[in-house]
Amino acid sequence: MQRARKRVTLPDKRVSEEAFNMNELKAKPIYLDYQATTPTDPRVVEAMLPYFTEKFGNPHSRNHSFGWEAEDAVEVARAQVAKIIGASAKEIIFTSGATESNNLALKGVMKFYGKKKPHLITVVTEHKCVLDSARHLEQEGYKVTYLGVKENGLIDLEELKAAITDETALVSVMAVNNEIGVIQPLKEIGAICRERKVFFHTDCAQAVGKIDLDVEDMNIDLMSISGHKIYGPKGVGALFVRRRPRVRVIAQITGGGQERGMRSGTLPTPLIVGLGKACDILSNEMAEENARLTELRDYTLARFRDRLADIYLNGDEKERVCGNLNVSFAYVEGESLLMDIKNIAVSSGSACTSASLEPSYVLRALGVDEELAHTSLRIGIGRYTTKEELDTAVDAICTAVERLREMSPLWEMAQEGIDLKSIEWAEH
Amino acid sequence: MAYSEKLIDHYENPRNVGSMDKNELSVGTGLVGAPACGDVMKLQIKVTPEGIIEDAKFKTFGCGSAIASSSLITEWVKGKSLDEAGAIKNSQIAEELALPPVKVHCSILAEDAIKAAISDYKSKNSAADAAE
Repeated sequence: MQRARKRVTLPDKRVSEEAFNMNELKAKPIYLDYQATTPTDPRVVEAMLPYFTEKFGNPHSRNHSFGWEAEDAVEVARAQVAKIIGASAKEIIFTSGATESNNLALKGVMKFYGKKKPHLITVVTEHKCVLDSARHLEQEGYKVTYLGVKENGLIDLEELKAAITDETALVSVMAVNNEIGVIQPLKEIGAICRERKVFFHTDCAQAVGKIDLDVEDMNIDLMSISGHKIYGPKGVGALFVRRRPRVRVIAQITGGGQERGMRSGTLPTPLIVGLGKACDILSNEMAEENARLTELRDYTLARFRDRLADIYLNGDEKERVCGNLNVSFAYVEGESLLMDIKNIAVSSGSACTSASLEPSYVLRALGVDEELAHTSLRIGIGRYTTKEELDTAVDAICTAVERLREMSPLWEMAQEGIDLKSIEWAEH
Repeated sequence: MAYSEKLIDHYENPRNVGSMDKNELSVGTGLVGAPACGDVMKLQIKVTPEGIIEDAKFKTFGCGSAIASSSLITEWVKGKSLDEAGAIKNSQIAEELALPPVKVHCSILAEDAIKAAISDYKSKNSAADAAE
């Protein structure tokens, strides 16, 4: 006892001051990776909290008020999600996220209609979870067509028309690409699919809250939605499944038959309330928020272009979602750039940042040279991004690019007027 | 990825960045790698008539490990004979910088670069000798 008490001494004043200064000096990291995930809006968290504790009931409990209370909250959320995409609440199925929604849409539709119509059409730049679902279907004997994209990242509608056959059950095209932010022409795709009596699924994980979506106007039959990309919680998403004309899917998770038999499992009430609240906030604030983000994005790109030569925007400049910039900084490798700006959270298309050591398949599909794919950064701007943060980030990135270019033999050769394509490189 | 302190130091304060006149007879230049692979290293050595490397410079396009590997090898070869410099193994670089397994190819590139620079110097000078 005595010894223990003796050890409790007042902190050394000098040491604690030093520690304090260290904290002051540590720059606050800047988050510019809103396509990866978003922080949950505090208003969303507030709406969720009661459903963890006092309103904890199982929404499927039919015999008491705890269950009814939770069920009511789930149905409010269902209507909030439906509203933002112009659907009716009965058409919304809750899932664990967009990955599950995409799996259910592709596998569920193909397995229901596949006997007569075993053909699926999708796009090479889709998210991995769509491509991987398609690969699994291929292994089971279904036929899959992967549409290419043009240099601007958009699909060619004529190519889509030509790909549809009498055996095609489903066309799956993402609304907004996660890496390059380009917006596919949903309305035109929907019209083509409806005319050919083919179902149209769209992965809207990156699109909800960024662009206006209307499942009627756009003739969308299935739509995947994610919670954590729209300032809602992680671990929840939704799939819109059209009722008229009715789209049938084979459940991928079976059990108690919840969600009209399409997705069994007790609904996570707090997460669903959060997803609903996130959609509700967007219904009210989306237009204003996107105007601000578009201005910030254009400002940021203009600042890069003012200060640096030889930078390239990947993906269409106009048909592009408000919070996304994907820029190649020629002659500077992406991972070394990330190392230099460690206080700024962004992503790179460089091979060195990926486990596979392959540069981004999305950039490659656009026809971006491999060497430029290695030099790309994705800068994601969102709800809590300030102009000051962007100024700091642009300055830091430009300084790093200038430093690394001084170190780059490719930059040196380019300045000497040597055409890098004329050199016979030893690929290793 | 978690990098060693030594690697980060070489990345943040690279030694011997720069270029020498590649046409000079005492300078050997090695250019290895390919832009499409995400790494290109240019390593140059300046050699005394006695065959000792008196100076070394590099420029590298590549990840932090590639930059650190080239910076380190320029430090190591200075003051060495051509044979000594040519005997440096990539494993020594990988060990010194504690390169993670996926980055070992960066050290291989550095070894290739010094070998290429030595062979450039030798071929230039044997050609010059022959011309005399």
